[in-house]
Amino acid sequence: MNVQSPLLSVRDLKVWFDIKRQGAMPWTPSDTLKAVDGVDFDLMPGETLGIVGESGCGKSTLARAIMRMVPAEAGTVLWLGNDLLQLNKHDMREHRKEMQMIFQDPLASLNPRMTIGQIVAEPLKTHHPGLSAGEVKDRVREVLDRVGILPNMINRYPHEFSGGQCQRIGIARALIVKPQLIICDEPVSALDVSIQAQVINLLMEIQEEMGLSLIFIAHDLSVVKHISTRVMVLYLGNVVEISEAAQLYRSPGHPYTEALISAVPIPDPSAEASKEVMILDADLPSPLNPPSGCVFRTRCPIAGPECAETKPPLTDRGNGQQVACHKR
Amino acid sequence: MNDRLVQPFQQPKTREIAERIAEDVKGRSLWADARRRFVANRAAMVSVVVLTLVVLFSLFGQFLSEYDIETPDWDVLGNVAAAGKPSIANGHYFGYDEYARDLYNRVIQGSRISLAVGVIGALVAVIVGTIYGATAGFIGGRVDSIMMRLVDIFMSIPYMFVLILLLVVAGRSITMIFVGIGLTAWLDMSRIVRGQTLSIKNREFVEAAIAIGVPTWRIIIRHIVPNLLGVVVVYATLLVPQMILTESFISFLGLGVQEPFTSWGALLSEGTKTMNYGMLWQLAFPLFFFVVTIFCFFFIGDGLRDALDPKDR
Repeated sequence: MNVQSPLLSVRDLKVWFDIKRQGAMPWTPSDTLKAVDGVDFDLMPGETLGIVGESGCGKSTLARAIMRMVPAEAGTVLWLGNDLLQLNKHDMREHRKEMQMIFQDPLASLNPRMTIGQIVAEPLKTHHPGLSAGEVKDRVREVLDRVGILPNMINRYPHEFSGGQCQRIGIARALIVKPQLIICDEPVSALDVSIQAQVINLLMEIQEEMGLSLIFIAHDLSVVKHISTRVMVLYLGNVVEISEAAQLYRSPGHPYTEALISAVPIPDPSAEASKEVMILDADLPSPLNPPSGCVFRTRCPIAGPECAETKPPLTDRGNGQQVACHKR
Repeated sequence: MNDRLVQPFQQPKTREIAERIAEDVKGRSLWADARRRFVANRAAMVSVVVLTLVVLFSLFGQFLSEYDIETPDWDVLGNVAAAGKPSIANGHYFGYDEYARDLYNRVIQGSRISLAVGVIGALVAVIVGTIYGATAGFIGGRVDSIMMRLVDIFMSIPYMFVLILLLVVAGRSITMIFVGIGLTAWLDMSRIVRGQTLSIKNREFVEAAIAIGVPTWRIIIRHIVPNLLGVVVVYATLLVPQMILTESFISFLGLGVQEPFTSWGALLSEGTKTMNYGMLWQLAFPLFFFVVTIFCFFFIGDGLRDALDPKDR
């Protein structure tokens, strides 16, 4: 078996939403919001791909499109050779047990009316309906124990747990069907820093044990650096850079990546005070009306006339660093 | 120093807790929490007891009396104000009405009809409204728009007018009242349920269920409906007295149940006609049950709302 064949391979994925303007007549054509506009990437088995970008750049939408939770406009999502976007509902359900998701708000992602035992058992009951109640219970206890929740808590309800514990329960729910990929949609943004570290270390341990691949979405760059093998930077639904994590932080290729990394706070007051932050002018342009050519040119310090004309393709700079920029 | 560290574990309570960790801990569900808050609400609990007594009275009260609802006492007829007073001795506990019939049995029978109208009317409204509203909310899009505009249209028709017209055209009967009230009562319910469904549909745990691959019907049953139930239960409790009041109003106008059957509204209507002749009891007894029941339902509804939605007080 070829180790280098990707687990997941996304090509030219586009997710567009129709937005009705407020007060518009029923017959006026609606605007198109290009939330994700042509994203390509590969994910190797056992790898962690970090996805970073500002709010509203399409990180979560990309994740949901891969999971077929929002309809994609165009593109392919090859999962072990099958295009997920072409599958019917029933076949897609078969594949859902191979990829699971962890959500941003730990408490909101657990049904308040169900015990955590029922919550964690749900994927198992959905995908393996033949299991006896005893077997299900044993598996639930085992997986809860693995994520550091006392197994005798299975009859408790989500509101009786802290945010960090709820996220561990969310991880247990994702792990119970032994998936190959877990998509983490900002799994630690709602937790405080010490708990963030615990949850991330838990994820990394489990990844090692089970040989999982992770897609890790976050806007905290230091967290992404800690966990990721490779990092993908999104801007307005476009990939501006993909690179090995260490390489990206050492020498960012795209001016946007540079700005992002310069904004990461350093946990040393004197270094923090003296460092230079690259502040971008203006706000994120509206995704309803993105700039022509390179989407970043309106805020780019080095933009030239050619940037307004054509969209820069992702080009490999050797050493695995792919950057979409005309100027560099 | 060491002693102080060890000491807490030697206390019996701590040890007991440590031992209990071995077995499964019983969680406290939101329902259990709500029940605890409801039981702690004194007004609501008293109301539950009183309402139970009223229901038991309306179901079994007639066994305490040897009379029926329609036979007049010819000796008293014509002299009811003087000879028809309530009396434990002669078995007419609530006295006679203006036609010298036994009021005790008539109040029991009226209670039964009024409570039935209230409960069945509310039940129909809840079932139809919940199904309609949840469907519109969950499917969304154009289906939702059409279904809810239809509700808007129905709501814009003055329903009391329609109800009265219906009773005049189709004849007075208790079935017609059920139909008339049932036709309009579910509209509010469907709006409330739709709104609630919309907000639950976008909660992360529903998204999580979709990501897991849980089939749609299971999502509705296991994730949407249980989270909807709180609001529905509260609204249903408040709907019952509303139904009773509507029926009473219709009966008060003389369009309700047919003689010899009666309801609270009809009894009150007769009572107001005779109170000037010194027959206050004919108004007082039905009024007492009517007011007590309405109050009970309101207190229970309030208690349920506070219990199910503690943040919303």
